Amino acid sequence: MRPQLVRLSGFGMTTAADAWQVLPSSDEDVRQALRLAKAEGRRIVLRGAGRSYGDAAIRPEAVAVSFERMRRILSWDAERGILAVEAGGTVGDLWRFALPDGWWPPVVSGTMFPTVGGAIAMNIHGKNAFREGTLGEHLAWIDVMDSEGQVHRVRPEDPAFRAIVGGAGLVGIILRAAIRMKRVPSGDLRVLAVAARNWREQFEVFSRHENEADYLVSWVDCFARGSSAGRGLIHAAWYSEGGRSTLSLEHQELPDTILGLVPKSVVWRFLKALNRRSAMRALNGAKYRLGTWIGNGKMEHQSLVAFSFLLDYVPNWRWAYLPGGFIQYQSFVPKEAAPRVFESQVALQQRLGLEAFLGVLKRHRPDGFLLSHGVDGYSLALDFKVTPRNRERVWSMAHQMNELVLEAGGQFYLAKDSTLRPQDLRRWLGPRLQEWREWKRLFDPSGLLTSSLAERTGLIDP
Amino acid sequence: MRTYERAIVVGASSGLGRAIAARLAASGCRVAAVARRLERLESLASEAPPGRILALRHDVRRLDDVPEAFDAACRALEGLDLVVYSAGFMPPVGPTEFDTPKDRQIVEVNFLGAVAWLNLAADRFLQTRRGAIVGIGSVAGDRGRKGQPVYNASKAALHAYLEALRNRLHGKGVTVATFKPGPMRTEMTAHLRLSRAMDPDSAARIVLSKAHVSGEHYLCLSHRLVFAVLRNTPSWIFRRLPV
Repeated sequence: MRPQLVRLSGFGMTTAADAWQVLPSSDEDVRQALRLAKAEGRRIVLRGAGRSYGDAAIRPEAVAVSFERMRRILSWDAERGILAVEAGGTVGDLWRFALPDGWWPPVVSGTMFPTVGGAIAMNIHGKNAFREGTLGEHLAWIDVMDSEGQVHRVRPEDPAFRAIVGGAGLVGIILRAAIRMKRVPSGDLRVLAVAARNWREQFEVFSRHENEADYLVSWVDCFARGSSAGRGLIHAAWYSEGGRSTLSLEHQELPDTILGLVPKSVVWRFLKALNRRSAMRALNGAKYRLGTWIGNGKMEHQSLVAFSFLLDYVPNWRWAYLPGGFIQYQSFVPKEAAPRVFESQVALQQRLGLEAFLGVLKRHRPDGFLLSHGVDGYSLALDFKVTPRNRERVWSMAHQMNELVLEAGGQFYLAKDSTLRPQDLRRWLGPRLQEWREWKRLFDPSGLLTSSLAERTGLIDP
Repeated sequence: MRTYERAIVVGASSGLGRAIAARLAASGCRVAAVARRLERLESLASEAPPGRILALRHDVRRLDDVPEAFDAACRALEGLDLVVYSAGFMPPVGPTEFDTPKDRQIVEVNFLGAVAWLNLAADRFLQTRRGAIVGIGSVAGDRGRKGQPVYNASKAALHAYLEALRNRLHGKGVTVATFKPGPMRTEMTAHLRLSRAMDPDSAARIVLSKAHVSGEHYLCLSHRLVFAVLRNTPSWIFRRLPV
């Protein structure tokens, strides 16, 4: 296992670093990577699919342990729905394996490419966060290697569990996990589209459906102002009774072309041509108006894959943000303060002329993980284009938004973060930070595991 | 001008190398400044914004030490975007002097040291598919002049090596630029009576403005024109010229 120098970047492509990548295919290979790092005086950064938006899976000159070769399905209990998989198995691997038996991952991200190890390290949530919480709440156990090479099976009842899950790959090396899958009646969902004319209607629709829908998500037009500020399109979805045929992989696969004509692989080039403020303002407006005219209030059937993995519709869509890349600013705010905070955030980005090209609103519930983002409230995710000219202003805006979130007792999500500063992190986590650091010291006494994110935010000492 | 975040400048204690390192540091770049004379590097570091210049003592003639020095620089900088090889040696040579030990030093500093450093840079950049390599050659490498046979030959060898590197790395995200300064007011040329020589800071500005452009670059139009003529001048005429 020879390390190879590679250029690694975050999903948002705003930061990159050269690191010495190794691709283990066994526990022993991972131990060898630990020995290599120690012998060369390097630190280790863990990397799944590189789907964290910022700098969570990069670190200059470190040994980057990537898990793409450790992706075997280890066991499957089709009666109880427990799937054991290696850390490099992806969300896509999970559903493809289990869906024909009538099971679906309990929590999925907006794309099927993240690895299980990465998803647990970041404790991902999905569009059902208000019902199912985060992925960490659906694990039977995880196997974790400490920095001395010892493997520990950690279960939800073990105190270390709440530090490792959501621990951003900094406490121990997640090797394997057993996931409690969710039984689904079919491979389809009933999806209701509702147009909201402003922030007030957005939150009203969420309140109306949060006790009975299985999934809830809303798109927000971040260019709309005044009485239209916060307008958007909400999708509520319910598991649907349907034929067994809907569980087949053929039924679920996304098409490769748009309208049977345009290959999706070239679509990002069109998006790139449109990826500027004026065009995005027009596109957001058109999307809202189209949503109000077509489909508003109507229920339709959609496959689980089509509804869940919206980000996978257009392959490599993020390249439309090249050369500067983009950041996703996502904050999680208690429900009482969310309308005020999100309204202020959107007004702020409009005042600065830095409108997000995409805004997504979701409902959440609290969880007990030390670095987790769960909150009895809402999250708003905002995609900001970054250019050499606006970079400083975008970061400064994010810092102003942090103030709004912290004042309201809100939280942040390390998988998305690019802008948090040590002072923000300390205010966000409070005493949880010290508790988490104690677990890190226990599993990683030599401080081998690191990342650019960990050093930037002061999660660990550089 | 393109900005760089992390650079190594070999031969940074004086002349053009020092000016390049200073300019890079002033632009916000972190620079590993490499040279034999540590006290000179420390003085350079003290004049730059704090933390921008890392002084690294190294004698380019000690080829076996280069991998360790290169690795130390990359680690300290946390990556690498640009390498500038600017070390040069041009001792006074008499019109009838043929001194092999002296000539060997010239080749070691001007050429072999460059190969040792730039080979490592090329290998690294080839893996990461990005980076800029800059070699400081000389107009003296364009022809074999009677005054400095081995200095001319060492620079000609450097030009050929850089051209080969450029061809090898073409299309792989790595640029290789050769700069051919003319007479410059530096310590190396102090023993020469130079008129109309360029000052190192002006030369550094030009080098950094084109550091990412693959190819051979003269530092001014007049050099480009004069040396286009000189390169094509037949030997029987060239040997009679007072150059």
